[in-house]
Amino acid sequence: MRPAWGDSVRSRSKTAPGDMADDHEITKVQELIYTTRVESVMAPDVIVISPSATMAEARALMREKHISGMPVVEGDRMVGIVSMSDVMEALEKGSLNVPVSAMMTREVKTAYGDSYVAEAIGRLGPRGFGRIPVIDREGRLVGIVTTGTLIQSLLREMDIRYKKKEEEKLQSYRASHIYDDIVSDDTSLVLRYIVDDKDFSNAGKASSGIKKSLQRLRVLPSIVRRVAVAVYEAEMNLVIHTDVGGEITVDVRRDRLLISAVDHGPGIENISEVLKPGFSTAPQWIRDMGFGAGMGLANIKRCSDSMRILSESGGGTRLDIIFLFRDHPVGGGPVEGKRS
Amino acid sequence: MVKYAVFTTRAQPGEFMTIGELAEILEAKILADHHDHDFEIPMGGAADLMSDVLAFGSEGMVLMTGLTNPQVVRTAEMAGISVIVFVRAKMPPPETLKLANDIGITLVTTGYTMYEACGRLYAAGLGGLGPVKIENGTW
Repeated sequence: MRPAWGDSVRSRSKTAPGDMADDHEITKVQELIYTTRVESVMAPDVIVISPSATMAEARALMREKHISGMPVVEGDRMVGIVSMSDVMEALEKGSLNVPVSAMMTREVKTAYGDSYVAEAIGRLGPRGFGRIPVIDREGRLVGIVTTGTLIQSLLREMDIRYKKKEEEKLQSYRASHIYDDIVSDDTSLVLRYIVDDKDFSNAGKASSGIKKSLQRLRVLPSIVRRVAVAVYEAEMNLVIHTDVGGEITVDVRRDRLLISAVDHGPGIENISEVLKPGFSTAPQWIRDMGFGAGMGLANIKRCSDSMRILSESGGGTRLDIIFLFRDHPVGGGPVEGKRS
Repeated sequence: MVKYAVFTTRAQPGEFMTIGELAEILEAKILADHHDHDFEIPMGGAADLMSDVLAFGSEGMVLMTGLTNPQVVRTAEMAGISVIVFVRAKMPPPETLKLANDIGITLVTTGYTMYEACGRLYAAGLGGLGPVKIENGTW
Protein backbone atom coordinates (compact mmCIF):
# COMPACT_ATOMS: atom_id res chain seq x y z
CA MET A 1 0.00 0.00 0.00
CA ARG A 2 1.32 3.39 -0.87
CA PRO A 3 1.15 5.75 2.07
CA ALA A 4 -1.09 8.75 1.62
CA TRP A 5 1.80 11.21 1.59
CA GLY A 6 3.49 9.54 -1.37
CA ASP A 7 2.33 12.08 -3.93
CA SER A 8 3.24 15.16 -2.00
CA VAL A 9 6.74 13.81 -1.35
CA ARG A 10 7.29 13.18 -5.05
CA SER A 11 6.15 16.62 -6.12
CA ARG A 12 8.27 18.25 -3.44
CA SER A 13 11.40 16.48 -4.64
CA LYS A 14 11.32 18.72 -7.69
CA THR A 15 12.01 21.84 -5.61
CA ALA A 16 15.38 23.58 -5.34
CA PRO A 17 18.25 21.57 -3.86
CA GLY A 18 18.38 23.82 -0.80
CA ASP A 19 14.95 22.65 0.30
CA MET A 20 15.89 18.99 0.20
CA ALA A 21 17.19 18.69 3.75
CA ASP A 22 13.95 20.04 5.20
CA ASP A 23 11.89 17.71 3.05
CA HIS A 24 13.95 14.81 4.25
CA GLU A 25 13.24 15.64 7.87
CA ILE A 26 9.53 16.03 7.15
CA THR A 27 9.35 12.60 5.58
CA LYS A 28 11.16 11.15 8.62
CA VAL A 29 8.39 12.46 10.87
CA GLN A 30 5.76 11.21 8.46
CA GLU A 31 7.46 7.84 8.35
CA LEU A 32 7.36 7.72 12.15
CA ILE A 33 3.65 8.42 12.38
CA TYR A 34 2.90 5.73 9.84
CA THR A 35 5.00 3.08 11.59
CA THR A 36 4.43 3.94 15.27
CA ARG A 37 1.45 2.46 17.05
CA VAL A 38 -0.91 4.57 19.15
CA GLU A 39 -0.15 2.61 22.33
CA SER A 40 3.46 3.81 22.28
CA VAL A 41 2.53 7.51 22.12
CA MET A 42 -0.35 7.56 24.62
CA ALA A 43 -0.31 8.40 28.32
CA PRO A 44 -1.29 5.10 29.96
CA ASP A 45 -2.57 6.49 33.27
CA VAL A 46 -5.76 8.28 32.36
CA ILE A 47 -7.40 10.70 34.74
CA VAL A 48 -11.14 10.10 34.54
CA ILE A 49 -14.26 11.44 36.20
CA SER A 50 -17.64 9.93 37.03
CA PRO A 51 -20.74 11.21 35.17
CA SER A 52 -22.44 11.97 38.50
CA ALA A 53 -19.65 14.35 39.60
CA THR A 54 -20.48 18.06 39.29
CA MET A 55 -18.94 20.45 36.78
CA ALA A 56 -17.34 22.27 39.72
CA GLU A 57 -15.57 19.02 40.68
CA ALA A 58 -14.49 18.55 37.07
CA ARG A 59 -13.04 22.07 37.05
CA ALA A 60 -11.15 21.44 40.30
CA LEU A 61 -9.73 18.14 39.03
CA MET A 62 -8.54 19.70 35.75
CA ARG A 63 -6.91 22.54 37.61
CA GLU A 64 -5.21 20.18 40.09
CA LYS A 65 -3.88 17.79 37.39
CA HIS A 66 -3.07 20.55 34.88
CA ILE A 67 -5.15 18.95 32.15
CA SER A 68 -7.68 20.44 29.77
CA GLY A 69 -10.11 17.55 29.51
CA MET A 70 -10.80 13.96 30.53
CA PRO A 71 -12.93 10.95 29.68
CA VAL A 72 -16.11 10.40 31.68
CA VAL A 73 -16.24 6.81 32.90
CA GLU A 74 -19.05 4.83 34.49
CA GLY A 75 -17.95 1.43 35.79
CA ASP A 76 -15.55 0.21 33.06
CA ARG A 77 -17.46 1.99 30.29
CA MET A 78 -16.55 5.34 28.81
CA VAL A 79 -19.72 7.39 28.39
CA GLY A 80 -18.34 10.74 27.21
CA ILE A 81 -15.63 13.33 27.47
CA VAL A 82 -15.58 16.63 29.35
CA SER A 83 -13.22 19.48 28.53
CA MET A 84 -12.27 22.95 29.69
CA SER A 85 -14.65 24.50 27.15
CA ASP A 86 -17.54 22.59 28.77
CA VAL A 87 -16.45 24.03 32.13
CA MET A 88 -16.37 27.53 30.66
CA GLU A 89 -19.84 27.07 29.23
CA ALA A 90 -21.06 25.92 32.67
CA LEU A 91 -19.43 29.01 34.22
CA GLU A 92 -21.20 31.33 31.77
CA LYS A 93 -24.54 29.71 32.47
CA GLY A 94 -23.87 29.64 36.20
CA SER A 95 -24.53 25.91 36.24
CA LEU A 96 -21.39 24.57 37.90
CA ASN A 97 -23.52 22.38 40.14
CA VAL A 98 -25.06 20.28 37.35
CA PRO A 99 -23.64 16.75 36.89
CA VAL A 100 -20.92 16.21 34.31
CA SER A 101 -23.27 13.92 32.37
CA ALA A 102 -25.41 16.97 31.50
CA MET A 103 -22.58 18.98 29.90
CA MET A 104 -20.20 16.35 28.50
CA THR A 105 -19.72 15.45 24.84
CA ARG A 106 -21.33 12.05 24.35
CA GLU A 107 -20.00 11.17 20.92
CA VAL A 108 -16.33 10.50 21.51
CA LYS A 109 -13.79 9.73 18.81
CA THR A 110 -11.52 6.95 19.99
CA ALA A 111 -8.51 5.12 18.58
CA TYR A 112 -7.41 1.53 19.01
CA GLY A 113 -4.09 1.01 20.81
CA ASP A 114 -2.77 -1.21 18.02
CA SER A 115 -3.65 1.20 15.21
CA TYR A 116 -1.07 3.56 13.69
CA VAL A 117 -0.55 7.10 14.94
CA ALA A 118 -1.38 8.44 11.46
CA GLU A 119 -4.98 7.35 11.97
CA ALA A 120 -5.31 9.14 15.31
CA ILE A 121 -3.39 12.25 14.34
CA GLY A 122 -5.99 13.40 11.79
CA ARG A 123 -8.51 13.67 14.58
CA LEU A 124 -6.33 15.81 16.81
CA GLY A 125 -5.41 19.44 16.26
CA PRO A 126 -7.09 22.78 15.78
CA ARG A 127 -10.07 21.53 13.76
CA GLY A 128 -10.29 18.16 15.46
CA PHE A 129 -10.27 17.15 19.10
CA GLY A 130 -7.98 18.06 21.95
CA ARG A 131 -7.61 14.47 23.07
CA ILE A 132 -8.34 10.99 21.79
CA PRO A 133 -9.13 8.26 24.32
CA VAL A 134 -7.41 4.98 23.41
CA ILE A 135 -9.32 1.72 23.79
CA ASP A 136 -8.38 -1.92 23.35
CA ARG A 137 -10.29 -4.27 21.07
CA GLU A 138 -12.69 -5.09 23.96
CA GLY A 139 -13.58 -1.42 24.27
CA ARG A 140 -11.78 -0.82 27.57
CA LEU A 141 -10.10 2.56 28.10
CA VAL A 142 -6.32 1.96 28.14
CA GLY A 143 -4.85 5.43 27.61
CA ILE A 144 -5.18 8.86 26.09
CA VAL A 145 -3.41 10.68 23.26
CA THR A 146 -3.06 14.45 23.28
CA THR A 147 -0.95 16.74 21.11
CA GLY A 148 1.41 16.86 24.10
CA THR A 149 1.92 13.10 24.55
CA LEU A 150 2.27 12.77 20.79
CA ILE A 151 5.00 15.39 20.40
CA GLN A 152 6.84 14.04 23.42
CA SER A 153 7.00 10.46 22.15
CA LEU A 154 7.85 11.39 18.59
CA LEU A 155 10.68 13.63 19.80
CA ARG A 156 11.96 10.83 22.02
CA GLU A 157 11.93 8.38 19.10
CA MET A 158 13.75 10.86 16.83
CA ASP A 159 16.28 11.49 19.58
CA ILE A 160 17.03 7.75 19.85
CA ARG A 161 17.54 7.51 16.09
CA TYR A 162 19.74 10.60 16.07
CA LYS A 163 21.91 9.29 18.92
CA LYS A 164 22.38 5.99 17.13
CA LYS A 165 23.60 7.82 14.03
CA GLU A 166 25.92 10.04 16.04
CA GLU A 167 27.40 7.02 17.83
CA GLU A 168 28.17 5.31 14.53
CA LYS A 169 29.81 8.55 13.29
CA LEU A 170 31.98 8.72 16.40
CA GLN A 171 33.07 5.08 16.12
CA SER A 172 33.91 5.65 12.49
CA TYR A 173 35.85 8.80 13.37
CA ARG A 174 37.91 7.03 16.05
CA ALA A 175 38.64 3.99 13.90
CA SER A 176 39.65 5.95 10.82
CA HIS A 177 42.22 7.96 12.79
CA ILE A 178 44.07 4.94 14.18
CA TYR A 179 46.69 5.21 11.46
CA ASP A 180 47.39 8.84 12.37
CA ASP A 181 47.59 8.22 16.09
CA ILE A 182 49.94 5.23 16.13
CA VAL A 183 53.63 6.07 15.72
CA SER A 184 55.42 3.56 13.51
CA ASP A 185 57.10 3.28 10.13
CA ASP A 186 54.25 1.17 8.87
CA THR A 187 51.10 0.40 10.85
CA SER A 188 49.08 -2.68 10.19
CA LEU A 189 45.80 -3.56 11.85
CA VAL A 190 45.07 -7.28 12.19
CA LEU A 191 41.53 -8.57 12.77
CA ARG A 192 41.01 -12.26 13.64
CA TYR A 193 37.81 -14.26 13.32
CA ILE A 194 37.16 -17.90 14.26
CA VAL A 195 34.81 -19.77 11.93
CA ASP A 196 33.17 -23.01 13.12
CA ASP A 197 32.50 -25.78 10.63
CA LYS A 198 28.90 -26.70 9.75
CA ASP A 199 27.62 -23.87 11.96
CA PHE A 200 25.15 -22.44 9.48
CA SER A 201 23.29 -20.20 11.89
CA ASN A 202 26.43 -18.16 12.54
CA ALA A 203 27.88 -18.36 9.05
CA GLY A 204 28.60 -14.87 7.76
CA LYS A 205 29.23 -13.33 11.18
CA ALA A 206 32.94 -12.87 10.47
CA SER A 207 32.21 -11.27 7.09
CA SER A 208 29.65 -9.00 8.68
CA GLY A 209 32.22 -7.89 11.29
CA ILE A 210 34.82 -7.30 8.60
CA LYS A 211 32.43 -5.24 6.50
CA LYS A 212 31.44 -3.07 9.47
CA SER A 213 35.07 -2.58 10.53
CA LEU A 214 36.17 -1.53 7.05
CA GLN A 215 33.27 0.92 6.89
CA ARG A 216 34.39 2.43 10.18
CA LEU A 217 37.93 2.64 8.84
CA ARG A 218 36.34 4.60 5.97
CA VAL A 219 37.54 2.33 3.23
CA LEU A 220 36.02 3.32 -0.14
CA PRO A 221 32.46 1.85 -0.32
CA SER A 222 33.11 0.19 -3.70
CA ILE A 223 36.10 -1.64 -2.21
CA VAL A 224 34.14 -2.57 0.95
CA ARG A 225 31.53 -4.21 -1.25
CA ARG A 226 34.09 -6.26 -3.16
CA VAL A 227 35.80 -7.33 0.06
CA ALA A 228 32.47 -8.27 1.65
CA VAL A 229 31.49 -10.54 -1.23
CA ALA A 230 34.91 -12.21 -1.41
CA VAL A 231 35.30 -12.77 2.32
CA TYR A 232 31.76 -14.09 2.62
CA GLU A 233 32.42 -16.68 -0.10
CA ALA A 234 35.63 -17.64 1.73
CA GLU A 235 33.80 -17.90 5.05
CA MET A 236 31.09 -20.09 3.52
CA ASN A 237 33.83 -22.37 2.16
CA LEU A 238 35.19 -22.81 5.69
CA VAL A 239 31.69 -23.56 7.02
CA ILE A 240 30.74 -25.95 4.23
CA HIS A 241 33.94 -27.80 3.41
CA THR A 242 36.18 -28.04 6.47
CA ASP A 243 35.88 -30.59 9.25
CA VAL A 244 37.37 -28.49 12.03
CA GLY A 245 36.47 -24.95 10.97
CA GLY A 246 39.14 -22.35 10.45
CA GLU A 247 40.30 -18.81 10.95
CA ILE A 248 40.02 -15.64 8.92
CA THR A 249 42.59 -12.90 9.47
CA VAL A 250 42.38 -9.48 7.92
CA ASP A 251 45.58 -7.46 7.78
CA VAL A 252 44.73 -3.83 7.02
CA ARG A 253 47.57 -1.56 5.99
CA ARG A 254 47.04 1.95 4.73
CA ASP A 255 47.63 0.92 1.16
CA ARG A 256 46.25 -2.60 0.98
CA LEU A 257 44.23 -5.35 2.60
CA LEU A 258 45.34 -8.96 2.94
CA ILE A 259 42.71 -11.50 3.89
CA SER A 260 43.72 -15.06 4.78
CA ALA A 261 41.26 -17.90 5.29
CA VAL A 262 43.13 -20.81 6.87
CA ASP A 263 41.89 -24.25 7.89
CA HIS A 264 43.41 -27.55 8.94
CA GLY A 265 41.57 -29.95 6.78
CA PRO A 266 40.62 -31.93 4.87
CA GLY A 267 42.51 -30.10 2.12
CA ILE A 268 41.90 -30.01 -1.60
CA GLU A 269 42.75 -32.96 -3.86
CA ASN A 270 43.00 -31.17 -7.15
CA ILE A 271 43.39 -27.40 -6.99
CA SER A 272 43.03 -26.74 -10.71
CA GLU A 273 39.68 -28.49 -10.62
CA VAL A 274 38.21 -26.42 -7.76
CA LEU A 275 39.17 -23.26 -9.62
CA LYS A 276 36.89 -24.23 -12.52
CA PRO A 277 33.59 -22.34 -12.25
CA GLY A 278 30.76 -24.75 -11.54
CA PHE A 279 32.92 -27.44 -9.93
CA SER A 280 31.60 -28.30 -6.51
CA THR A 281 31.76 -31.08 -3.93
CA ALA A 282 29.02 -29.56 -1.78
CA PRO A 283 26.33 -31.98 -0.54
CA GLN A 284 22.67 -31.58 -1.55
CA TRP A 285 21.53 -29.94 1.70
CA ILE A 286 24.04 -27.14 1.18
CA ARG A 287 22.80 -26.70 -2.40
CA ASP A 288 19.21 -26.55 -1.14
CA MET A 289 20.22 -23.49 0.87
CA GLY A 290 21.42 -21.73 -2.27
CA PHE A 291 25.13 -22.41 -1.79
CA GLY A 292 27.69 -24.84 -3.17
CA ALA A 293 27.23 -23.99 -6.84
CA GLY A 294 30.96 -23.97 -7.45
CA MET A 295 31.12 -20.22 -8.06
CA GLY A 296 32.79 -19.23 -4.80
CA LEU A 297 36.43 -19.08 -5.86
CA ALA A 298 35.47 -17.56 -9.21
CA ASN A 299 33.59 -14.84 -7.36
CA ILE A 300 36.53 -14.22 -5.02
CA LYS A 301 38.92 -13.97 -7.96
CA ARG A 302 36.64 -11.54 -9.78
CA CYS A 303 36.28 -9.25 -6.74
CA SER A 304 39.90 -9.17 -5.59
CA ASP A 305 43.11 -7.74 -6.99
CA SER A 306 44.88 -11.05 -6.47
CA MET A 307 44.08 -14.46 -5.06
CA ARG A 308 46.26 -17.41 -4.14
CA ILE A 309 45.26 -20.83 -2.88
CA LEU A 310 47.59 -23.34 -1.24
CA SER A 311 46.41 -26.77 -0.23
CA GLU A 312 47.40 -30.37 0.20
CA SER A 313 45.03 -33.32 0.33
CA GLY A 314 44.80 -34.53 3.91
CA GLY A 315 46.43 -31.28 5.10
CA GLY A 316 45.00 -27.81 5.35
CA THR A 317 44.09 -25.03 2.97
CA ARG A 318 45.20 -21.42 2.88
CA LEU A 319 43.46 -18.81 0.77
CA ASP A 320 45.09 -15.39 0.48
CA ILE A 321 43.14 -12.54 -1.06
CA ILE A 322 44.62 -9.10 -1.68
CA PHE A 323 42.83 -5.80 -2.26
CA LEU A 324 44.76 -2.65 -3.16
CA PHE A 325 43.46 0.71 -1.99
CA ARG A 326 45.43 2.51 -4.73
CA ASP A 327 44.45 6.23 -4.69
CA HIS A 328 42.33 5.86 -1.56
CA PRO A 329 44.58 4.82 1.34
CA VAL A 330 42.89 4.15 4.69
CA GLY A 331 42.90 7.18 6.98
CA GLY A 332 43.28 9.55 4.02
CA GLY A 333 46.38 11.47 2.90
CA PRO A 334 49.36 10.01 1.06
CA VAL A 335 51.07 6.85 2.27
CA GLU A 336 54.46 7.79 3.70
CA GLY A 337 57.23 6.07 5.59
CA LYS A 338 59.30 2.99 5.01
CA ARG A 339 57.59 -0.01 3.50
CA SER A 340 58.20 -3.43 4.91
CA MET B 1 18.07 -2.18 -37.04
CA VAL B 2 17.58 -2.39 -33.32
CA LYS B 3 18.13 -5.94 -32.18
CA TYR B 4 17.57 -5.54 -28.44
CA ALA B 5 15.48 -3.10 -26.53
CA VAL B 6 17.94 -2.10 -23.84
CA PHE B 7 16.21 -1.19 -20.64
CA THR B 8 17.69 1.90 -19.09
CA THR B 9 18.20 1.29 -15.41
CA ARG B 10 19.46 4.75 -14.57
CA ALA B 11 16.29 6.76 -14.27
CA GLN B 12 16.23 10.42 -13.29
CA PRO B 13 16.26 11.14 -9.57
CA GLY B 14 12.72 10.91 -8.25
CA GLU B 15 11.78 8.43 -10.97
CA PHE B 16 12.96 5.33 -9.15
CA MET B 17 10.42 2.92 -7.79
CA THR B 18 9.94 3.35 -4.07
CA ILE B 19 9.47 0.60 -1.47
CA GLY B 20 5.89 1.80 -0.97
CA GLU B 21 5.17 1.41 -4.69
CA LEU B 22 6.89 -1.98 -4.82
CA ALA B 23 4.75 -3.25 -1.96
CA GLU B 24 1.65 -1.96 -3.72
CA ILE B 25 2.53 -3.52 -7.10
CA LEU B 26 3.28 -6.91 -5.50
CA GLU B 27 0.33 -6.67 -3.09
CA ALA B 28 3.02 -7.50 -0.60
CA LYS B 29 3.09 -7.61 3.16
CA ILE B 30 6.03 -5.91 4.85
CA LEU B 31 7.52 -8.28 7.46
CA ALA B 32 10.53 -6.22 8.55
CA ASP B 33 10.32 -2.48 7.99
CA HIS B 34 13.73 -0.81 7.97
CA HIS B 35 13.54 1.78 5.21
CA ASP B 36 11.45 4.85 4.54
CA HIS B 37 8.58 3.92 2.28
CA ASP B 38 9.84 6.51 -0.19
CA PHE B 39 13.28 4.83 -0.26
CA GLU B 40 14.18 4.58 -3.94
CA ILE B 41 15.16 1.20 -5.34
CA PRO B 42 17.70 1.50 -8.17
CA MET B 43 17.15 -1.96 -9.68
CA GLY B 44 15.96 -5.48 -9.14
CA GLY B 45 17.26 -9.04 -9.42
CA ALA B 46 16.06 -12.56 -8.73
CA ALA B 47 17.90 -15.74 -7.78
CA ASP B 48 17.82 -18.81 -5.58
CA LEU B 49 21.55 -19.20 -5.97
CA MET B 50 23.43 -17.13 -3.43
CA SER B 51 26.60 -16.99 -5.53
CA ASP B 52 24.55 -15.35 -8.28
CA VAL B 53 23.27 -12.83 -5.78
CA LEU B 54 26.83 -12.04 -4.72
CA ALA B 55 27.79 -11.66 -8.36
CA PHE B 56 24.99 -9.30 -9.45
CA GLY B 57 24.08 -7.68 -6.15
CA SER B 58 24.39 -3.91 -6.08
CA GLU B 59 23.80 -1.17 -3.54
CA GLY B 60 20.16 -0.59 -2.58
CA MET B 61 18.67 -3.16 -4.96
CA VAL B 62 15.74 -5.49 -4.34
CA LEU B 63 16.20 -9.28 -4.43
CA MET B 64 13.37 -11.67 -5.30
CA THR B 65 13.96 -15.17 -3.93
CA GLY B 66 12.23 -18.37 -2.94
CA LEU B 67 14.72 -19.14 -0.19
CA THR B 68 13.95 -18.04 3.35
CA ASN B 69 16.93 -19.24 5.42
CA PRO B 70 18.94 -16.67 7.42
CA GLN B 71 21.83 -16.91 4.96
CA VAL B 72 19.71 -15.08 2.39
CA VAL B 73 19.73 -12.06 4.71
CA ARG B 74 23.46 -12.45 5.32
CA THR B 75 24.08 -12.65 1.58
CA ALA B 76 21.98 -9.54 1.04
CA GLU B 77 23.99 -7.70 3.70
CA MET B 78 27.25 -8.63 2.00
CA ALA B 79 26.02 -7.64 -1.45
CA GLY B 80 24.55 -4.34 -0.19
CA ILE B 81 20.98 -5.38 -0.97
CA SER B 82 18.36 -3.39 0.96
CA VAL B 83 15.10 -5.21 0.28
CA ILE B 84 14.28 -8.93 0.00
CA VAL B 85 11.00 -10.14 -1.51
CA PHE B 86 9.96 -13.69 -0.64
CA VAL B 87 7.83 -15.06 -3.47
CA ARG B 88 4.92 -17.54 -3.41
CA ALA B 89 3.71 -16.19 -0.04
CA LYS B 90 6.65 -17.77 1.75
CA MET B 91 7.12 -16.77 5.36
CA PRO B 92 10.67 -16.71 6.69
CA PRO B 93 11.50 -18.54 9.95
CA PRO B 94 12.01 -16.40 13.09
CA GLU B 95 15.85 -16.62 12.79
CA THR B 96 15.66 -14.93 9.40
CA LEU B 97 13.39 -12.17 10.71
CA LYS B 98 15.63 -11.59 13.68
CA LEU B 99 18.76 -11.30 11.56
CA ALA B 100 17.00 -8.86 9.20
CA ASN B 101 15.93 -6.77 12.18
CA ASP B 102 19.48 -6.80 13.60
CA ILE B 103 21.07 -5.79 10.30
CA GLY B 104 18.33 -3.45 9.06
CA ILE B 105 17.18 -5.16 5.89
CA THR B 106 13.57 -4.77 4.75
CA LEU B 107 11.68 -8.04 4.18
CA VAL B 108 8.41 -8.38 2.27
CA THR B 109 6.38 -11.36 1.16
CA THR B 110 4.19 -11.58 -1.94
CA GLY B 111 1.66 -14.13 -3.14
CA TYR B 112 3.00 -13.94 -6.72
CA THR B 113 5.45 -16.48 -8.14
CA MET B 114 9.03 -15.50 -8.89
CA TYR B 115 8.16 -15.06 -12.58
CA GLU B 116 5.15 -12.87 -11.98
CA ALA B 117 6.71 -10.84 -9.18
CA CYS B 118 9.65 -9.95 -11.46
CA GLY B 119 7.36 -9.32 -14.42
CA ARG B 120 5.13 -6.94 -12.54
CA LEU B 121 8.05 -4.88 -11.22
CA TYR B 122 9.84 -4.80 -14.59
CA ALA B 123 6.66 -3.77 -16.36
CA ALA B 124 6.24 -0.98 -13.83
CA GLY B 125 9.68 0.36 -14.75
CA LEU B 126 12.09 -1.30 -12.32
CA GLY B 127 15.13 -2.20 -14.39
CA GLY B 128 17.81 -4.82 -13.95
CA LEU B 129 21.52 -5.16 -14.48
CA GLY B 130 21.21 -5.25 -18.29
CA PRO B 131 23.21 -7.73 -20.39
CA VAL B 132 26.08 -9.16 -18.30
CA LYS B 133 29.47 -10.11 -19.60
CA ILE B 134 30.31 -13.71 -18.84
CA GLU B 135 33.82 -15.02 -19.22
CA ASN B 136 34.93 -18.60 -18.62
CA GLY B 137 31.46 -19.51 -17.50
CA THR B 138 31.54 -16.98 -14.69
CA TRP B 139 30.29 -13.43 -14.15
